[in-house]
Amino acid sequence: MKNAIISFPARAIFVHLFRLICVFLLGASGIASHAQDTLDITVTGSGGAPLQIIVPVFENEGSLPNSVSEVVRADLERSGLFKLIDLGPLTVPESRVPDLAAMAARGADAVLAASVVASPDGRYEIRFRLFDATRAADSKSDLGGMALKMSSAHYRITGHRIADFIYEKLTGIPGYFATRIAYVVKNRQRYELHIADSDGMNAQTALRSPESIISPAWSPDGQQIAYVSFEAQKPVIYVHALATGQRRVLANFKGSNSAPAWAPDGRRLAVVLTKDGLSQLYVINADGSGARRLATSPGIDTEPAWSSDGQSVYFTSDRNGAPQIYRLNVSSGSVERITFESAYNVSPRPSADGKRLAFITNSGGHFRVAVMDLSSRQTTILTDSSRDESPSFAPNSNMILYATEVGGKGMLSAVSADGRVRQRLSIQAADVREPAWGPLQK
Amino acid sequence: MKKLLLPSLLVLALAACQSDPQADTAAVDDANMQQNAGVKTVTVPPRNNASDLPDWARDPSRNSVFFDYDSYVIRSDARPVIEAHAKLLAQQSVRKVTIQGSADERGSREYNLALGQKRAEAVRRALRMQGTNDVQIEAVSLGEEQPRCTAGSESCYAQNRRGDFVYLR
Repeated sequence: MKNAIISFPARAIFVHLFRLICVFLLGASGIASHAQDTLDITVTGSGGAPLQIIVPVFENEGSLPNSVSEVVRADLERSGLFKLIDLGPLTVPESRVPDLAAMAARGADAVLAASVVASPDGRYEIRFRLFDATRAADSKSDLGGMALKMSSAHYRITGHRIADFIYEKLTGIPGYFATRIAYVVKNRQRYELHIADSDGMNAQTALRSPESIISPAWSPDGQQIAYVSFEAQKPVIYVHALATGQRRVLANFKGSNSAPAWAPDGRRLAVVLTKDGLSQLYVINADGSGARRLATSPGIDTEPAWSSDGQSVYFTSDRNGAPQIYRLNVSSGSVERITFESAYNVSPRPSADGKRLAFITNSGGHFRVAVMDLSSRQTTILTDSSRDESPSFAPNSNMILYATEVGGKGMLSAVSADGRVRQRLSIQAADVREPAWGPLQK
Repeated sequence: MKKLLLPSLLVLALAACQSDPQADTAAVDDANMQQNAGVKTVTVPPRNNASDLPDWARDPSRNSVFFDYDSYVIRSDARPVIEAHAKLLAQQSVRKVTIQGSADERGSREYNLALGQKRAEAVRRALRMQGTNDVQIEAVSLGEEQPRCTAGSESCYAQNRRGDFVYLR
């Protein structure tokens, strides 16, 4: 689909779109604000000329207690890549090919046709098809569809999946809406590990502690989180099953235990231990057994992060003086230095597609999110803030979530890997830090 | 609005019954999602420190040593503090001390944790030099997680570059 290629905008369109999104989001966040710990998301910058799309009220959607199409529209709008055309109460049923010429005349590049069908078991089937409105007379206008069966309580995740489908079909990049994020909220001297949907909704508390919690790391299946808790007056790594609340100590060796990172197979984690002196990299089985050295250096080695093929571990080390990012070949043990451009490069996180590395660089006293193209080794600084920390990629390798500070208060932000789309996620009256983007929900 | 829609919805529902199932429509069921989405809350109780310490060892100024910027070397003003704790640990050989190293808040939390560990290690070595048995000492790091000062100035950062002696119950 030709229109799917995002081009640079005329400035006026850009500004107009930006205003629309802000107005929309202010409205949306007003509704949600009664939930005290809900993340409010505002788009602070948006990508090129948006795709214009119609996501109408679904046929028979009134039979659902909560609207699915609203979730779809909010996801697409918040991504910064789409502009929604309002059809009012008009529905576009899934069962027929819509009048694409009429939709194109309204300015639409794409149209979602969708219907809700009640099942005898009390659940619902959401049937939808996506059409390319610019190809009205063309058999290729049908971009495919799905039928999602859901209980009415699952209206949000269903909406996120539909939005992911649309996002992928129209941009060529997998979506990221049906994901969860983890982050730590500090409120006075109370720390909480929160799990929320990628849109900041449904925030739930996994752990509440009088001591700090850092470095949450999602297991590849999204069911468990490893993190460092200071509840024993020292850093200890726990693995916590989210659904049951069951947690177990992964590593509590003499000294400090920190920086857990799941291997892609979910069976091992890279961790940092000080049991043999300074902070060094180890690998440990997910049941806490079999800790063994991963690398040896005369300085600090920390912040391991696996490549998605499990072949390499990126990490931070000051073995040559200042902290820089290195890459360990897990099978050969050879180590290669990756960053050179600043005297302080930390917190490496490779994208799932293996093409990019996000990290934090000190640029003239400002700590900012940078991304390196791993084939050309070209680095781009993506932010203009000065206290950025803890970058993590969305599973689609395109958005980067990170912690930053505004007015002395910790908040989360997200930026697209090309730097064009920016969002801010904040909680009123609380410090938010240590974000980690989870895998796509199965 | 609903009244207006209803007749057309009925017509469309009938149309839906007649239409052929489309070949490339994937069907997904949410039945297995129930467990995945839930999160159960766990609450950690607070932990207390030892209450049977001599009076001087409860004085915060006798429980911390400070470090210069980007330095992991014990300063001379730290000697009396380290000697007092070495003496206590020599007299009470069952007592165990945790040395908590800290770093100022600039930069990565995990890297700062590693820097705090370096300070804790320096204090551990100084205690060893005073003859303290290694099994009585655990050197750990709190990184930037327990700042004593949060004003963000250099004098403030100086208070956060430290090693604390903690006797856990």
